[in-house]
Amino acid sequence: MTRIALTALLSHWARNWLQLAMLLAGLALATALWSGVQALNSEARSAYATAEALLAEGSAERLDHPSGQILQERYITLRRAGWQVSPVVEGRYTLGNARVTLVGIEPLTAPQGAGPALAAQDLNAFFAGRAFAHPQTIAEIGAHDLDLHPSDAVPVGTVLLDIGRAQALLDTEALSYLQLLQTQPAGLRPLDTLAPDLRRVPAGEGAELGGLTESFHLNLTAFGLLAFAVGLFIVHSTVGLAFEQRRAMFRTLRALGLPLRHLTACLAAEMLVFALIAGVVGLVLGHLLAAFLMPDVALTLRGLYGAPVPGGLHFNPVWAASGLAMTLAGAALAGGQALWRLWHLPILAPAQPRAWAHASGRGMRLQGAFALALGALAVALALGGDGLLTGFGLLAAALLAAALAVPLVLAGLLRLAQRTARGPVAEWFWADSRQNMPRLSLALMALMLALAANIGVGTMVASFRATFIDWLDLRLAAELNVMPASAEEAAALHPFLSDRADAVLPMMRVDATLASQPGQIYAMKDHASFRDNWPLIDPVPDVWDRLAAGEGVLVNEQLYRRAGLQSGADRLDLPGVGALPVLGAYADYGNPLAQAVLTLPQFQAAFPDAPVRQFAIRTSDAPGLTASLQEEFGLSSAQITDQAQARALSMRIFERTFVITRALNVLTLSVAALALFAALVTLAGMRLAQLAPLWALGLTARRLAGLELARALVLGALTMVLALPVGLMLAQVLLSVINVQAFGWRLPLQVFPGDWARLALWAMLAVLAAASLPALQLARQGPADLLRVFSRDR
Amino acid sequence: MTALVLDTITKIFPSAEGPVKVLDGVSLQIAPGSAHALTGDSGSGKSTLLHIAAGLEPAQSGRVLVAGTELSAQDDAGRAALRRGRLGLIFQQFNLIPSLSVAANLAFQARLSGCHDAAFTDHLADRLGIAELRTRYPEQLSGGQQQRVAIGRCLAARPALVLADEPTGNLDEGTGDRVLDLMLDLTAEAGTALLLVTHSPRLAARCDHRHHLRAGRLEGGA
Amino acid sequence: MQHSVANQAIRATALAVGVALAPTSLPAQGFAGLGTDAEGFATPQRGTTLQFPADHGPHPEYRIEWWYLTATLSDAEGQDYGVQWTLFRSALAPQEDEGWDSPQVWMGHAGLTTAEQHFSAERFARGGIGQAGVTADPFVAHIDDWHMTSHSANGADALDHLQVHARGSDFSYDLEFVAEGPLVLQGNAGYSVKSPDGQASYYYSQPFFTVSGTLDLPDGPVEVTGHGWLDREWSSQPLAEDQAGWDWVSLSFDDGHRMMGFQLRGTEVFTAGTWITPDGTPTPLPDGAVQFTPLHHTPIDGRDVPTHWRIELPEKDLSIETEPLNPAAWMDLSISYWEGPLRFDGSHSGRGYLEMTGY
Repeated sequence: MTRIALTALLSHWARNWLQLAMLLAGLALATALWSGVQALNSEARSAYATAEALLAEGSAERLDHPSGQILQERYITLRRAGWQVSPVVEGRYTLGNARVTLVGIEPLTAPQGAGPALAAQDLNAFFAGRAFAHPQTIAEIGAHDLDLHPSDAVPVGTVLLDIGRAQALLDTEALSYLQLLQTQPAGLRPLDTLAPDLRRVPAGEGAELGGLTESFHLNLTAFGLLAFAVGLFIVHSTVGLAFEQRRAMFRTLRALGLPLRHLTACLAAEMLVFALIAGVVGLVLGHLLAAFLMPDVALTLRGLYGAPVPGGLHFNPVWAASGLAMTLAGAALAGGQALWRLWHLPILAPAQPRAWAHASGRGMRLQGAFALALGALAVALALGGDGLLTGFGLLAAALLAAALAVPLVLAGLLRLAQRTARGPVAEWFWADSRQNMPRLSLALMALMLALAANIGVGTMVASFRATFIDWLDLRLAAELNVMPASAEEAAALHPFLSDRADAVLPMMRVDATLASQPGQIYAMKDHASFRDNWPLIDPVPDVWDRLAAGEGVLVNEQLYRRAGLQSGADRLDLPGVGALPVLGAYADYGNPLAQAVLTLPQFQAAFPDAPVRQFAIRTSDAPGLTASLQEEFGLSSAQITDQAQARALSMRIFERTFVITRALNVLTLSVAALALFAALVTLAGMRLAQLAPLWALGLTARRLAGLELARALVLGALTMVLALPVGLMLAQVLLSVINVQAFGWRLPLQVFPGDWARLALWAMLAVLAAASLPALQLARQGPADLLRVFSRDR
Repeated sequence: MTALVLDTITKIFPSAEGPVKVLDGVSLQIAPGSAHALTGDSGSGKSTLLHIAAGLEPAQSGRVLVAGTELSAQDDAGRAALRRGRLGLIFQQFNLIPSLSVAANLAFQARLSGCHDAAFTDHLADRLGIAELRTRYPEQLSGGQQQRVAIGRCLAARPALVLADEPTGNLDEGTGDRVLDLMLDLTAEAGTALLLVTHSPRLAARCDHRHHLRAGRLEGGA
Repeated sequence: MQHSVANQAIRATALAVGVALAPTSLPAQGFAGLGTDAEGFATPQRGTTLQFPADHGPHPEYRIEWWYLTATLSDAEGQDYGVQWTLFRSALAPQEDEGWDSPQVWMGHAGLTTAEQHFSAERFARGGIGQAGVTADPFVAHIDDWHMTSHSANGADALDHLQVHARGSDFSYDLEFVAEGPLVLQGNAGYSVKSPDGQASYYYSQPFFTVSGTLDLPDGPVEVTGHGWLDREWSSQPLAEDQAGWDWVSLSFDDGHRMMGFQLRGTEVFTAGTWITPDGTPTPLPDGAVQFTPLHHTPIDGRDVPTHWRIELPEKDLSIETEPLNPAAWMDLSISYWEGPLRFDGSHSGRGYLEMTGY
C-alpha cells in the first residue's frame, strides 16, 4: 500500500521535474554554502593546532627576556641548576623566493612535540642540517641550498631545523626563548632568584591564533548561515507549492482509503530522501567551493593574523556528518509546515490550490507585528548591546525584520500604483500583481536579503578600501626600507645612511604584554614624516611635542578600543618602562597585535639591547642609494624594499582579504535569483488559468508574456530599492560594530552609488533570467493550450 | 449481509443564523446488488449523507454500518481500510490523479487494497470504452472519458457498495446518460450495491429504489 | 618471533652504545647499526696500556663510553638500598667540535632502589656547549646538575674520592665515595673481549669504594653507608650482530673478595669475568668459566625478567643464589633495562649489583 501511495506521490515530481530540480538545487546550494564555509573554518582551525603542536606550545611554559634575546650561557646556567628548559631560536629569514620563519630547536631537551619527533627521524642528519617545512612552503621557497624535507606537521611559512643551524643562518649566538618542561625536579633554586630578569610566560600565551582569528571565522559562519537561510527560502517555497498542487491528490488518496498516517509518513519519507540526495550533492559542491576558496582564505589569515594556514583542504568525516545533519534540519524546517498542515487538513477540504503563504489580512498583520518586534529588538541591541555576538544578533534581527516587511511594503506600493493606474490593462496588471504577491513574497524576501547583504558588504569593503589606501599612502612615507641582517650590520649601516639620506628612521621593537594583550613596543624618532602623515584619533593638544618630550605613548587603534583607553586620562603600563599617559591613538589596519609607540631615546634607555630591525629612509634618490647599499654592504634585494613594493604588497594582502567575502556575496545573490526562478516557474502553471480570460478578451499571448516579464522586473526593482537602506544599515553595523569587535578599528561609512547601479543592473539581469523562461513558455502557448483552460472544469 | 445501514443519522452544521439541522434522524438500508437513488434540492444534505456513509465526515448521532462494520467504532486507519476494500467513491469532479496515466489510475485503488486483477481491469476498460486511452494522462481526456476512468478505478477494486455523488453533473446530457447506463450495467453485473446522489429525477428513475431528502428527512423509499 | 628478537637486539644495542637520543618515541632501528659498525671510529687494540688520569676522561674518537657507578647501601635501621649513577657518551662522529657542531651526545641515568620502590630519571645533552661532559684533570663528570666530582688528595688517583649527586622529580641523593683499594683492569690488562668474533672494549673498574651520604626520598632524607663500584668502559663495537643482550653482576664477598661476571646472550652464550682478591689482583675468567642459571622470573610490563640467578664458578668452588632487593628494579626510561642491588648466599655470601638488558 505504501509503495502504491509513494508511486502516486512521486509521479507528481516526474510531471513537474523542474520543480523537483529547484527543490533539490535549493537544498543542495544551501548545504554547499554552509558546509563550504564550515570546511574553511575547520581547515584553518586544524592548521592553528598544528602550529601550536610544533613546539608543544599548548603545554609548555616559556621563559623570555624583554629584549627578545637570551644569551646561551643563561641556558647552561639554568640547566646546571637542574631546571629542565630547552632552547629555541626563531627568526625571519629569506630562503629562496620566500620569507620564512626559521625555528631552531634542540631535540634532545625539547618537550614532546612534533618538532622533536621530526628531528628524531634521523638525529644524525638533523644535526648535520636537515630541515623540515610544509610542502607548500617548500614550493614557495623554490630553489634553495638546505637539506629540506617536506612534512605536514610543520606550519606553513616555517622551517624547522637544528638550533645550531638556525643560529648560523640567522647570524646570532643568542636564543629567542626557553621552553620550560612541564615536569621539573623537586627542590630546585627558584627561578625568581636564579634568573629574575627572565619572564615566565604561561602555557598557551603567544599562541593565541585561535582567539585572534575567531572573529574572522565568526564572520564566515554568519555568511554561511545567511546563505543557508536564503537556500531554505527556495526549499520552503517549492515544498509549499508542491503541497498546494497536490492537495487534490491528497484528498483523492484519502477518499480511496489511504490512512492519513500513511500519507504523512510517505511525504516525510519523500522529504528525507530528497534531503539526503541534496545533502550529498551539497557536500560535494561545498567541498569543491572550499577547495576553490581555501588559498585565498589561507592568504588572508596569514596576511591579517600571521596565522600559518596551508592552502590545501582535507576531507573530514565529522564535517560531512554535521553538514548532512544541517541539511536534514533545514529540510525539516522548510517541509515541517507542509506536513503539519497535512496532518490537520480535513479530508474534505477544498481541493483548489490556495495561495501559498499568508494571503489573508490576518496573516499580513501577524507578519507586520513580527517585523516590528524584530525591528524593536534590533534597535534595543544597537543601543544597549556590546560585543561581537550582540553585533551579529543585531544584524540578524534587523535583516529578518526588513525581510518580513518586504511583502507588506510591496503590497502597499502596488495598491498605490493600482489606484493611480489608468486603463483596464494597467489596472488589471497592478491588481493581478497584488494578487500574486503572496506566492512570490518568499522569493522576494530572499532576493532582498541577498541584495542587502551585497550592498552592505560591498559598502563595507569599499569604505575600508578607500580608507586603507589613504592610510597606506601616508604610512609609507619612507622611500626605502632597509633590513639589516645583524646588529653589526645595523651599526655599520647607520652612519653610512645618515650621510647620504635626508633622514634615517631606525625601527626598533620589543615584544610586550600591553593591557593583558600580546603586543609590541616600538621606538619612533621624532620626525616630520610622522608628524605630517600620521592621522591621530583623540590626540591630546601638542601631541607630537609631548611624545618627543617623553611625556607619554601613542597606541594603535586596536589597543585603544579593546582596552577602552581614553587619551589624556588613562595611563598604559609598559613592561620595562613604567606606566605612561596615553596621548592618542593611530590607525594600524591589518595588525592583530596591540602596539605602543615610545620616542626613540626613551626606548633605547629602557631596552638597550634591542636591535634595529629596519631603517626607514627618506631620500630623493632611492635607486642610487639602493645601488650603493648593494655595492658597499652586499645587501640582498630581499633586505631593501622600496615604497612601491611595500604598497603593492600591502594592497595584495588587502585585496585577498575580501576575495572570499565577495565570492560568497556573488553566490548568495545567485541563490536568491534561483529562488525567484523557482517561484516563477512553479507559478507559471497556475497562471495559465488566470491569463486565459485576458487572451480570450483580446490580449495576445506575446503581450501577456511581456506583461509577466514586466511584472517580475517591477517587483525586482522595488525590492532593490527596499534593499538599499537595509544594505546601508548593514554596512553601518559592519563598520562601527562588527569591525571594531573583530579587528579593533572603526571606519567611516562612504557611499558608492556607482556600485549600487552596477548591483541593480546585475539584480535586474538575474530577475530577467529568472522570469524569461516562464514568459517564453507563455508566449509560445498556442490557442489550443489556452482554449483547454475553458474546456477543462476546474 | 446488508451493504449499507444508516440508522437515525443526525447532522447539524453551525451557521450565521444558528445551528442548522441538515440531517434529522435519517435511516436507510441498502441490500447487496440493489441500486438506490437519492434526490433533493441543492443544499438539502444529499452529499453530506453520502460523505457520512463513506466515513469522510462524522455524524452527530446515529450509526453507519458498511458491510456489517460500524464506522464510528473505527479510527482513521480503520475507516480508510473500509473505503479501500469495501467502498467505491465516484465524485462529480472526477478526482483522477493527474500525474498518473489512465492505466495507472484504473488500477490504482485495486492495487491500494491489494486485490488487483489485471484481466478484470482490462475487461472493465473495454466495457467502458477507454481501452485505447490507457497511455494518456487525465488532462488529455474529455470529461466523459475522465468519469469513465473514475468509474473503472472504483469498480476494479470490486467494492460491495458504490457511493456516487452527481457522477454526471459535469457532463452534458447525452454523455451523462451513456456514462450512467454503463455504471448501472456494470454494478448490476458485479452485484454491487449503489447509492446514487443526483438532483435529476430523470436519472433517479433509472434506479430500483428512490429516496428524496427534504428538510433533513427522507421521503419515499419505493 | 624473529621480529621480536630483532627488537630486543636493537634495544640492547642501543643501550650498549648509550644512544637514547630524544625522549620521544625514537625509532631505535636508526641506531641499531651503531652496535656493530665501527666505520670511521677507533677500535680497542689488544696490548694497549691505559694511562691515568687521561683515560678517566672522554675518548671522543670511540663511539660509546660510560662512567657507571653503583652502590649497595644500608641505613641505621638495617634497611637496604641501591643507587646507580651513569653518564653515557655516544658519538655521531669520531671527533669533538665546538658549540652546537659537536657530534657528541650525552645521556645520564640515575636509579635509586628500596625494597618497595624503584626511582629512575634520565637527562640528555649535546656536547660542545657546556651542558654535559667529562674532564680528566681535575676530574668532573656532569650532565645538568648531576655530577661526579673528584676530591682526591694531590698525587692520589682522581677516582679515590668522589662526590656524587643526582636528582629526579621525586628523589635525589648526595653521596661520598672513598676508595679502599686500587683500580682494577678487567679482561686482558683492560682489554675486555665481548664475543668469540673478537668485539672488545677497554674496561677498568674501581670496586673498593666505601660510601656514605644522604638519600632524599618522598618520605624524607635517609643517612646511609655501604659499598660502591665504578665501571669505566669505552669502545666502538661492543656487541656481535647476533647478541641480544646481557646479564652482568658485580659481587662483593663478605671475605673481601670481589668478582665481576657477565654473559652475552647470542646464538651462543659468551661469558667472561674477573676474580679480584682483596688487594686488587685480578684474574680474568675465560669464556665458559662462569655459569649463569635463571631460577625465577618476574613479570614486568609484559616482559619476563629472570631476577633470581644461580651463579657458579667451579674453579673457585663457588655456587651462589642471588636475591634482588626489589625484583621490580626496572629502569623505565628511553632505553629500559633492569638494574638493582642484590644479596647472595650459598658457598659464599655478600652483596652485589645486577644489570640485565635486552628483555
